[in-house]
Amino acid sequence: MSETGWAYSDKVKEHFMDPKNVLRDEEGFQDDGKGVTGNIQCGDEMIFLIKVDNERGIITDCKWKTFGCASAIASASVLSEIVKGMKLDDAYNLSAKDITRELGGLPEHKIHCSVLGDKALRMAINDYYIRNGMEDRVRREEERVVCTCMDVTDQEIEHAVLEGVRTFYELQERTKAGTGCGECQEEVTQLLQAYKEKHFHI
Amino acid sequence: MAEKLVYMDNNATTPLHPEVKKTMTDAMELFGNPSSLHSFGRQARQHVEEARDKVASFIGASPEELMFVGSGSEANNTVLNALTCQRQQCEYRNHRSNEIITTTIEHPCVLETSKCLQEKGVRVSYLEVDEHGKIDTEQLRDWIAERTGLVSVMMANNEIGTIQDIGTIAEIVHEGGALFHSDAVQAVGKIPVDVRKLGVDFLTLSAHKIYGPKGIGALYVKKGAPFCPLIRGGHQERGRRAGTENTLGIIGFGKAIEMRTLEMDEEEERLLELKATLRKGIEESIPDVRFVGHPVDCLPGTLNVSFDGAEGEAIILYLDLEGIAVSTGSACATGSLDPSHVILATGLPAECAHSSIRISLGRENTTEDVEYVIDKLPRVIGKLRDMSTMYGRRLA
Repeated sequence: MSETGWAYSDKVKEHFMDPKNVLRDEEGFQDDGKGVTGNIQCGDEMIFLIKVDNERGIITDCKWKTFGCASAIASASVLSEIVKGMKLDDAYNLSAKDITRELGGLPEHKIHCSVLGDKALRMAINDYYIRNGMEDRVRREEERVVCTCMDVTDQEIEHAVLEGVRTFYELQERTKAGTGCGECQEEVTQLLQAYKEKHFHI
Repeated sequence: MAEKLVYMDNNATTPLHPEVKKTMTDAMELFGNPSSLHSFGRQARQHVEEARDKVASFIGASPEELMFVGSGSEANNTVLNALTCQRQQCEYRNHRSNEIITTTIEHPCVLETSKCLQEKGVRVSYLEVDEHGKIDTEQLRDWIAERTGLVSVMMANNEIGTIQDIGTIAEIVHEGGALFHSDAVQAVGKIPVDVRKLGVDFLTLSAHKIYGPKGIGALYVKKGAPFCPLIRGGHQERGRRAGTENTLGIIGFGKAIEMRTLEMDEEEERLLELKATLRKGIEESIPDVRFVGHPVDCLPGTLNVSFDGAEGEAIILYLDLEGIAVSTGSACATGSLDPSHVILATGLPAECAHSSIRISLGRENTTEDVEYVIDKLPRVIGKLRDMSTMYGRRLA
């Protein structure tokens, strides 16, 4: 049998086979900021640790761990290489799209897995600010309840889109958004379209 | 390139048996339409009927009770969809049919169709399973009611291999006056199945799980059971499934069944031994593993195992790089991110469902294959656990 193309890009394969900057318990890494994120229902969890040069506001080192699939592992690995030497502000602004691009693309239903790394990184940066008395620099990603009947937030809708939801019907099935009084349906539909454009250009 | 290629995903599909391949290669010359009256057609017809005889007799049915369809999924869809037929002349018009009972661990083709029926007004109840994946027959006895039209319970589960007590279930269903369907795609050709002894009304079969070709399945419909076609517009299969017969597929199915008649019993023993070696090897070399499925009533070649802290898709892909083909219970790799509904149904938490892999052995697997897997697996699991947030050191 001939060797056929792998499930993901060469870059993903490279980082999956030999992940960089994995946190080893025995190394006793002293972090200046720590972020933990994930959702066990989707089968992934990520921890991201950073070391910061206080003077220059630059990330000097980082480590991560994950319970996640090949895409999550490769995303964290590639992200850990990108952020070393990066200014905190620039690192904070990295998006899942930047990571995906660096990896040479991911299948649509796997984009969701690449979001974990940058989210954990942002949490680690905020954690650093809090630990160093710079609460004013903490940026919050505020969740907003869109569907009040079913208590569904904009972030949940974004998450559903990342997991493959494309139509209003699918969104209702997954999140129950808009299935109560129905008043939010227009806004939910708009958000659905906005997140589809943001992540998948559709 | 890996040292060795080891295919252990036989519940997904199987390689063609060499004898089946030979028979099908010869059969490619047969192009006649089995419905034609001329010699070309008659010749094709003869082969189709010979195959029907073989498949029917293998499960203890008579040939006129067996219809060929395009897949196991089609057979299951046919049985379930019949319930909502609104035609005046439909045999189901006189059959009480506003409720069905099935299980939480069926194949998606049953679960999705059931969901669709629910939207059409059919009441669907889902029997739960115990930690080994067995349904509670007493719960079925309690649930079955005057309005229950059909009960559908799979014979052997594709993910964990658990085999249900189909004979007992059929008895309960018939005492309750309903019809009984069993999806036996994973069972026929792996364990003995006799429709008369079991007392089923409908039974689903597929060729490609037992070294036959893809794109061909069969549905057993007991003589006298009400039937309504899913695909209309032709007299083929006695008006029960329109469309020119897949002659080549049917011939391959017949041959695959013939080979099962010769090889199944011996192979069952051999696979059980291989599986025991594999299980022991895993237990001895990897800590914190959990085997899912019934310890005794399980398909001979199916082993579902969960490795704490290691994610299923990552395990599959590391093993793939070593040339080993297995699959995850979770459909994560194939589009959905939801954990396996079967593992969850056995009561295990989501993280176990995300950490489980299904190893399914088949007729081509050898002791060397099993040793190769036992050799490679510990390193793969160790590597993933080293970078896992879910193993050993818990999140602070």
